[in-house]
Amino acid sequence: MSGPTTYVPKSKIGRWFESRLPMVGLVHSSFIAYPVPRNLNYMWTFGAILSFMLVAQIVTGVVLAMHYVPSATEAFGSIQHIMRDVNYGWLIRYMHTNGASLFFLACYIHMLRGVYYGSFKPPRELLWIIGVVIYFLMAATAFLGYVLPWGSMSFAGATVITNLFSAIPLVGNAFTHWLWGGYAVGDPTLNRFFSLHYLLPFIIAALVGLHVWALHVTGQNNPDGVEVQNVERDTVAFTPYATMKDVFALSLWLILYAWLIFYIPNYLLDADNSILANPLATPAHVVPEWYLLPFYAILRAIPNKLVGVIALFASIAVLAFIPWLDRSPVKSAKYRPTYRFFFWVFVACGIGLGWLGSQEPTAGLVLIARILTVGYFGFFLVIMPLLSFTEKTKPIPASIADAVLAKKPPITAPAE
Amino acid sequence: MIRSKTPALVSIALAFALAGGLAVAQNEAEQPKPPRQDWSFAGMFGIYDQAQLQRGFQVYKEVCSNCHALSIPFRELSDPWGPGYSPDQVKALAATYQVTNAQPNDKGEIFKRPGTPADVIPRPESYPNDQAAAAAFGKAPPDMNLLAKARKYERGFPWFVLDALPGLEYQEIGSDYIHAILTGYTKPDDPQWNLYYPGHKIAMPQPITDGAVKYADGTPPTLQNYAKDVTAFLTWASEPNLPERKKMGLGVMIFLFVLAGLLYFTKKRIWEAAH
Repeated sequence: MSGPTTYVPKSKIGRWFESRLPMVGLVHSSFIAYPVPRNLNYMWTFGAILSFMLVAQIVTGVVLAMHYVPSATEAFGSIQHIMRDVNYGWLIRYMHTNGASLFFLACYIHMLRGVYYGSFKPPRELLWIIGVVIYFLMAATAFLGYVLPWGSMSFAGATVITNLFSAIPLVGNAFTHWLWGGYAVGDPTLNRFFSLHYLLPFIIAALVGLHVWALHVTGQNNPDGVEVQNVERDTVAFTPYATMKDVFALSLWLILYAWLIFYIPNYLLDADNSILANPLATPAHVVPEWYLLPFYAILRAIPNKLVGVIALFASIAVLAFIPWLDRSPVKSAKYRPTYRFFFWVFVACGIGLGWLGSQEPTAGLVLIARILTVGYFGFFLVIMPLLSFTEKTKPIPASIADAVLAKKPPITAPAE
Repeated sequence: MIRSKTPALVSIALAFALAGGLAVAQNEAEQPKPPRQDWSFAGMFGIYDQAQLQRGFQVYKEVCSNCHALSIPFRELSDPWGPGYSPDQVKALAATYQVTNAQPNDKGEIFKRPGTPADVIPRPESYPNDQAAAAAFGKAPPDMNLLAKARKYERGFPWFVLDALPGLEYQEIGSDYIHAILTGYTKPDDPQWNLYYPGHKIAMPQPITDGAVKYADGTPPTLQNYAKDVTAFLTWASEPNLPERKKMGLGVMIFLFVLAGLLYFTKKRIWEAAH
């Protein structure tokens, strides 16, 4: 899949450039001639969608940063300035806030695709781990970004999450004060959160570069979980096949994006964040944005502060280990009926935890949260290893070409 | 999918829903949710009614502005998608206010001058900051420039899911809340008891009653009308971009649907070659 390019420039200028910096050849071998399994379904379009969302967030974010003021006294007002005075400021702001939500929605679908089809299995372990790091940085970036408007929920969220670090034994309190730049969340905190929020997306972009590079070394996984054996029979060229499919999927995604921005822009925004932060007035219900709710539920389910914090970080860290927790030789859940059942139970746990994260932690709900937390971790730590070798799997197709032909008998004789 | 487990799961889910439903019904009687109103700006094509916004501004100016700030620039009042006052009217209105100049004069004194359309509507003069207002009232009356976005009530499942769907979308939670508060003073002997306020004890005594404001266009001077009009005005103040946003959205949606259609058929045609 990777190696010297087959691209030969047609013009003299092209050859001059290519011999000095083979950029066009790189694009050609990575996104034009690059072979892609021919049986990919629409679950494989989310990589392109995520790349688009990252660019959209960076572009809208950079423009917002031209008008935003990262000061505790001015931040909230600067957002109002963006919404009222800046030409199309309201549009850019809504694109950025709703873009963050869609970024996470696409990311969760992308990750669940990986878990379902076994895209984390050898030889793609490093690809998966880079993905987990990207996800963790996304969550950090989103948290930092949510603090910036300096609404009352921004302040409450900043206080809750930064206080978690005080649970670290011995150095916890000192570390938290260092993080805050003071003895509580305040102006120094906001200023440095802005700096980090601007920085992390570019680290994410670099990691995405590594992610795509790692992908292109091993090639894509596919819905049948059978590796490419014959490039001619099993694959198609990225352009125009995958390119057009990705662009089409992106256009549908943009319809969802436009629906959010233009018709329900405040649907995902908590009303309490339209109130200026007041350290003396905490919102009645402190909740993070929807995409962090499951982890919030896990954190609150555990009575001990330190263990809760460890569980919070473990719930993401455990993802990095699944190439070694799930050792089943069969990659795709299409041929693993038991695994498939537990996969959907896991998804239900995740959604349940998400809902619980939005509710007040009454005794009954905390009990359910604990059960679902056990379910969440159990899927990775118990089910995956257990099913690795004991599961009765369905027979897998001999090759990708066979899988495609089995689905759709050709109208004409297949090209051999 | 293991089919034998599904009926059991469904019946457990139904039992939970039933129990949850009974609990919710009890709660409703004690803390009713703000009823849903009809707003001209609701739905995919809804925009503000200019006459309503002007009446609402009149109510704000004559009643609410005595205690509440509304920190929006004067010039927004001449927004053609909003109240649509003429620039001269706005200039004249702004000039009736005394605004603290940002910079001191040549002698170094901070001074006040008549307002201009570029200025933000000043706070009530008697309460220059939140602490002064809280000292006078017990609790500082909130600035109303984002009030319609800053208020909500629990929708519960499945409504919070349905509220996002095209055709069923519900973006006016804050507006309905404000309207409910204004019309929710149902105990004449207790001016701070409000039916819809969480916990029923609200710091603001009933601010407006029938006949408080005389409308210029002849609209009946009833509490219901005041509540509708000032709520619409406050919604506009929180979300002046709404009409332009929906108009742009229509164009964008049509474009995207056509684009998606074209891309779909292009993709299909290209992939035929792969079989």
